[in-house]
Parts: sequence; C-alpha cells; structure tokens
Amino acid sequence: MALNNIEYLLEKYDNGETSIAEEQQLKAYFAQDEVAPQLESYRIMFQYFDQTKKEQFTKDVPLETKKSHIYKWISVAAVAVLMIGILIPNVFGGKTYTSIAELPAEEQEVYHQTKKALSLLSSNFNDGASSMNALGFMSAKLNKGAEQVIQVKEFSKATNKLLKKKQTPKH
Amino acid sequence: MTQTDFTKLVLPFKDKVFRLAKRLLVSREEAEDATQEILIKLWKNNEKIKEYRNVEAFSMTMTKNFCLDRLKSKQAQNLKIVHSNYQDHNVSLQKDLENRDSVDWVSKIIEELPEQQKIILQLRDIEEYDYDEIAKVVDMNPTAIRVALSRARKTIREKLINTHQYGIK
Repeated sequence: MALNNIEYLLEKYDNGETSIAEEQQLKAYFAQDEVAPQLESYRIMFQYFDQTKKEQFTKDVPLETKKSHIYKWISVAAVAVLMIGILIPNVFGGKTYTSIAELPAEEQEVYHQTKKALSLLSSNFNDGASSMNALGFMSAKLNKGAEQVIQVKEFSKATNKLLKKKQTPKH
Repeated sequence: MTQTDFTKLVLPFKDKVFRLAKRLLVSREEAEDATQEILIKLWKNNEKIKEYRNVEAFSMTMTKNFCLDRLKSKQAQNLKIVHSNYQDHNVSLQKDLENRDSVDWVSKIIEELPEQQKIILQLRDIEEYDYDEIAKVVDMNPTAIRVALSRARKTIREKLINTHQYGIK
C-alpha cells in the first residue's frame, strides 16, 4: 500500500474518523516488519493492539446448576428400597409352620418346656380354685342358717300376737 | 438454558470481557475474578438473557460498571492495585524482542488515561467495535466517543515519541 495512503489514513485515525475497515488496513500495514521510520510510534501502538487482542480468559467458571428436586426424591426412593429390602424376606421369604411336628428340634423342646411350665401353673391354680369351693359351700350353709333364723323370727312374731290377744280381754 | 448453551453463548465474548476488565483493573488476577463474577451473574440471570437483544453489549456494559465500582471501592480503601504480571506475548523475532519494552510502554501509557478513554480505546482499537456498539456500552453519543478516542490515540503517540526521543520514563 502506498505510503501516502497510509499517512492519510493515519491522520484520519488520529482524529477518530477512520472506519473499522480502514483501521484494519492500517493494522495489516503495521503488522509487517518493514515500516517507514517516521511511523515507528504507530507501529508500536498497532503491534500492542494486535498482541493484546490475543489474550484469553483461561480460568474456569464454576456454574452451579439450579438445585433440582431430584435429590429429595432420590432419598425417598432410597428409604423405600431399604424398607422393601427388609420386609420382603420377612413376609415372603420366612417359612410358615402349620404343626408343632414341623418345628426344628430345638424349638420343639422349648415348646414342650413352656407347655410343662404352663400346666404346672394351671394345676396350682386348680388347687386354689378347689379350696375356694369349700368357702362357697360354707357361704351356702350360712345362707341356709340365715333363712332358718328368719323362720324363727316369724314364729316369735306369731307367738307375740297370740300373747297380745290373750292379754287384751283382761282390760 | 443448559450449561452447554450458556457456554456457547458467552464463548465469543468472554475474552473481550476479560480484556476489558484487565484494561481497567490492570492486574490479571483481578481481571480474572471480575470476569468470573460477571459470567456467574449472567448465568444466574440466564432466563432473562434471551430477552436481551445484544448479550455481548449487555455483558460489556456490566463489565465496565463492575470494574469501575471495584476501582472506586479500592480507592476508598486506599489500596493500590499491584500489577506485575503481563502475560508473555509470544513474540519470537529478534526485532520484536527489541521492541518489547516499547510495546509494554503502550500499556503503561494507556493505564494513565482517564477511565472513559481507556474503555473506548479498548473497545475500538482492540475489540474493533463500531461506534454504535461502543455507544451502548459507555452511554455516550458517537461524536463524543470519536473525540475521546482521538484524544486517547494522540496522547499515546505523543508519549511514545517522548519516550523514544528522550529515553525518560
């Protein structure tokens, strides 16, 4: 490019009148190694601009994604899975026995011991209950006695009446 | 909007956000933090993003405001931003190595410009935005932008010439 043209553009440039395209022409011109010596100061400027433009932002930016409700649901699901895990072997996996004979020997022994202990307890209860019968018998007798006493009372009333009748004619 | 969509959406301009942040905050770490925060803010509003016609311009405006706020609070705290870490520009040519110093000078000169000019110069000369796009970000009319840009360019060159001639600074 002719030096005249460059100088003309530079004048415009200094006055802030160049267009982007014209400034790019200037930049292209000053990117060369050989530049008219009187334009050295411009070359430094344009080289600086060119270098600075290459600087890049290299740091990472931590972008937080919006907190989703998915995490809440994941915890709910985890609890559900846990509970199912506990329940399934108990409800469906465990053996169910229909008679004592099916039980393993140890459990049968325990069953029999418990049964013995319970029958001992119940026989003792029965003893107590039979002695209670004697009490009941006694109370029945008492009732009978009480009835007889009432009869005696009525008898005495009747005799009193008779005695009264005998006394009244004397008056 | 999924993460992938979002990454695709910000990919074309995340470097521009970073470079603008670095232009204003100078330190690379600060600029990285700022970019990170801006991208996270965008991500949090990702439902609303679709409503913006120009996500890039919106993000750049956000960056500008964010960085200026940060600078203000830094000034209030009386803290100076330390900046020693310019990325290695992989210039391999001998001649470029010689120029390395003078190229770095440009960034130091830009640092001394007023914030408004920094932003405009960054958007125009580095990101190659057109004036309408810049107007959206800095909320100025195109004429004012041209004036500011012209001032910035002239200042840089004047200072460069001074440095070269007198070797001071």
